[in-house]
Amino acid sequence: MMFAAAMAAILTSMAMLLVRAVQGPTVFDRILSVNAFGTKTVLLIAVLGFLTGRPAFLDLALVYALMNFISTIAVLKFTRVGSLAGGQQLPADAQALQGSEAPPETQVAES
Amino acid sequence: MNGGVIDTGLIDMILLAFLVAITWAIVRLRDLFGAVMLTGIFSLISACLFMVMDAVDVAFTEAAVGAGISTVLMLRTLALTKGRSEPHHNRLELGPLLLVVVIGAILIYGTFDMPRYGDPQAPVHTEMAARFIEQSGEEIGIPNIVTSVLGSYRGYDTFGETTVVFTAAIGVFLLLGVPRRGRRAGDALRNDIVLRISAKALIPLIMVFALYVQFHGDYGPGGGFQAGVIWAAAIVLYTLVFGLARAEKIFRRRPLELLVAGGVLLYGAVGVVTMALGGNFLDYDYLASDPVAGQHYGILLIELGVGITVAAVMVALFFLFVRRRQV
Amino acid sequence: MAAILDLSSWICLVAGSFFALVSSLAVLRLPDYYSRIHGAGITDTMGAGLILLGLALQAGISLVTAKLALVLIFLVLTGPTASHALAKAAYRLGLDPVLNSEKDKASSSR
Repeated sequence: MMFAAAMAAILTSMAMLLVRAVQGPTVFDRILSVNAFGTKTVLLIAVLGFLTGRPAFLDLALVYALMNFISTIAVLKFTRVGSLAGGQQLPADAQALQGSEAPPETQVAES
Repeated sequence: MNGGVIDTGLIDMILLAFLVAITWAIVRLRDLFGAVMLTGIFSLISACLFMVMDAVDVAFTEAAVGAGISTVLMLRTLALTKGRSEPHHNRLELGPLLLVVVIGAILIYGTFDMPRYGDPQAPVHTEMAARFIEQSGEEIGIPNIVTSVLGSYRGYDTFGETTVVFTAAIGVFLLLGVPRRGRRAGDALRNDIVLRISAKALIPLIMVFALYVQFHGDYGPGGGFQAGVIWAAAIVLYTLVFGLARAEKIFRRRPLELLVAGGVLLYGAVGVVTMALGGNFLDYDYLASDPVAGQHYGILLIELGVGITVAAVMVALFFLFVRRRQV
Repeated sequence: MAAILDLSSWICLVAGSFFALVSSLAVLRLPDYYSRIHGAGITDTMGAGLILLGLALQAGISLVTAKLALVLIFLVLTGPTASHALAKAAYRLGLDPVLNSEKDKASSSR
């Protein structure tokens, strides 16, 4: 019963992250959502293992925790440097990237 | 411990609804980079679905490949091409639409002859599957029936799959050309001390985990393919943080190429050895005096072969993709 | 004894689920990218920690608990690192945080 409650909470939070992933104005919002979604997936798998009575499947959760991290780092390196080789930023990449997200503006919030 | 089988239908529906929503978003999104990120989420949801269906080995592979490696490769492709897709103006084309509907209808009509989904009386459940489930314990003696089917009962199929991976690698090598040597400038991420230290802590753990998955595949989810991908992921992480130049010095091209072929060779060699010992190709019973022990040796060796080839192919492809500077 | 274990599991799981929900709500509703990173970080630490602790209490001392501990270690190791990388990458590439007043705007340097 408690596992079902946890499962419901995790699924709801996944839905919220999905909305952010689709909506997120900048590209970084999407990266953030994917990363958080990955963590939720790890928790989902752990709770699912207990829910269905097969907790031995935690190896899967481990793999996901690792893969999620690696792909987040890869994506971030791509956006920062424009290539994955650790070399100089290619102008074409940077332009394509800058052009593809909403231009960052400093907003002054009303307090 | 609370356990038992519960009805996971509701979870299935919710996850499938997520999939539909994500797919719709991927199709509609003009920004290709965002679309690639969303396919990462798609992969994650698929793995959850597989997990709900009790197909853990498949979920394992989906996790390793979809969430990690393929996102990285797609990003690299994006770097070489444009970041946005062209808007297409949709006109209704009647001819192709009619063709698609007619063929789709014929296909659906063809499925009426198939047994109902999940029907326990269907041949796929009563014939081969039943035999595997009943006999696997005494004939092969390892708890993970997926591995015993993959490695032993359907060993020829797996050999074909490994050869396919090998062939695909050759195709990519031919297409992307001989990598050029060149000086690379400093690594942008190396100055980031947080990433460096976490990477140093994580990479050995990931490698040990890959070995665990490789050899524990008999008893739990895992096996050669997943282990190879996880091993490659460790090397990908190293490359990302410390730069391609250093990574290529450690994992040189020549040994990588040899390993790509070596895994398949190992697999084939096991088959030839069993033939030399008097049995059929890939008949592991002949590898030891006790047939069950022979099965264990056979599965161990071929899984090793699969793992070696997959790891080497993934690493080599990653290096190739990252090295290219223009399409 | 089993009742106490069940009760503590309940508490941990409910608390962990609460934090997970709050975390996602933060990612969804907060106005600025950098604040969303904070929100997402809640899952990696409190959310995951409490949920996995609740599960571990159910499993007792076994291999399962060891694996749960490993998962937690990985999440705790990689979560904050990812948050750091996310923030740094965005900042380097020019995404400015939503600032509250002219004074803050003037003093923020690249």
